[in-house]
Order: sequence, then structure tokens, then C-alpha cells
Amino acid sequence: MNSRPLSPHLGVYKFLYTMALSILHRITGVAATFGFLAFTWWLMALASGPERYARAMHLLSTPIAKLLLVGFTFSFVYHFCNGIRHLVWDTGRGLERVQARRSGRAVIVAALVLTALVVWLGCAAMAPGVAP
Amino acid sequence: MSLRTPLGRVLGRGSAGEGVGHWWVQRVTAVALLPLTAWFAISLLSHSLQSYEVMRGWLGQPYVAVPAILLVLTLALHSKLGVEVVVEDYVHGTAAKTVLLLLSTFVHVAAAVAAVFAILVLALQ
Repeated sequence: MNSRPLSPHLGVYKFLYTMALSILHRITGVAATFGFLAFTWWLMALASGPERYARAMHLLSTPIAKLLLVGFTFSFVYHFCNGIRHLVWDTGRGLERVQARRSGRAVIVAALVLTALVVWLGCAAMAPGVAP
Repeated sequence: MSLRTPLGRVLGRGSAGEGVGHWWVQRVTAVALLPLTAWFAISLLSHSLQSYEVMRGWLGQPYVAVPAILLVLTLALHSKLGVEVVVEDYVHGTAAKTVLLLLSTFVHVAAAVAAVFAILVLALQ
């Protein structure tokens, strides 16, 4: 192992609210990667015909899968909202401490509201025997 | 004494004008994913997911399949770049880092190909 400097020194900073949001951005990003793989599995099931698709949807309708779907939804929606915050920062705006804290709170509120909305829409879309 | 040219020594180390490439593509894909994911989620959830016929009919339409393919390709690239940054930041052993980066690349390419293939099957069958 060489002695070049290593990037994030997680242990040397005082724990801050904005720091937790930043760490959460990475965690939700990694979670979204697994969500993408699950989504690919679902697409392959759909392309494999009605039996495979019915089995996949049966698996996705179990309580554990539903809980995971809600978790993935929050994870994805948070990464989406906080990603917009990062893109605004990249233009050099909103980097003052007060602004960063305020936008952080806005992201949390937006993520919770959007999660509730998507879960509500998802429950309707996942309901059995409904033909739109 | 090294026989490498000065140019050979700096290429790929961030000092040859290509250092922001990774960072920039991460941002470009992020911007593209905002409308793509929002559209896909709203469109998907306004259909009955339990019905194979409904899902196949929806995703097989040209004006759904094409943006869906753009979505999975952009998502795969953005995800791959993101995982690379995380691995490079937190995994410090050369062997473990190399194995994880290779694994991530293979998984992302395989997932992208599978997703595009699945959408094409639905659209062209």
C-alpha cells in the first residue's frame, strides 16, 4: 500500500447535519444501483412472457418486497431531490452555510412528500385485477 | 531512470486536461435523468402493473420504448460512474479496489444490455 493521501477522512470531522445529508446521498446512490439491477430483472421477466412476469409480480407483492419497494422509493426520490441540490451547487450558488442548511431541509421535506405520493400511486398501480 | 516520455507520465493522471471528464459525464447524465426518470415513474404508475398485457402494450409502443432505452442506458452510465467514485474513495487496497471496479463494470454493462434487449423484445415482437 502506498502512502499517497487518501480522500475522505471520515473520523476527523465534527458530525454535522449537512454532512449526514451528503453521506446519505452516496448511500442512496449505491441503493439506487441495486434498484437499477432489480428493475432490469423486472424488464427481463416482462420480456420472458406472461408466466415469468406473473411470478415476478407475485414475488414483488410479498410483504418483504413491498417494504423494500418503499425503501427503494425513498432512496431514489431522496437521491433525485438532493441531486438537484448538488447540480445547483455546481453552478456556484447556494453554498453559504445558511443556504445549504435550508436547502437540505427542503430536500428532506420534498423527498418525504414525493415518497408518499409515489407509494400511493404505486399501491393503485399494483392493485390486483384492475384494468385501466 | 524511466524511459517514459513526459507526456506518457501525465496521461490519465488528471494533469493532461482530461481530469474533469468523469465528473462532467456524471453531471450530464444527472441532468438527463431528471426528466427521464420523472416521466418513466409517472407513466409506469398510471398503468396496471399486475397485467402482463397492459405492461407489454405500454412499454412496446415506439414513443415509450425509445425514451425507456435512453433511460436505462443513461441510468447504467450514471450508476457506473457513481459506484466508481464510492469504491475509489472507501476501498483502499489495490487488489480489492481493482476487483470491485471490474465487477461493477461487468455488472453495469450486462444490466444495460439486458435492459435494452428486454425493451427491444417487447417493442419488436
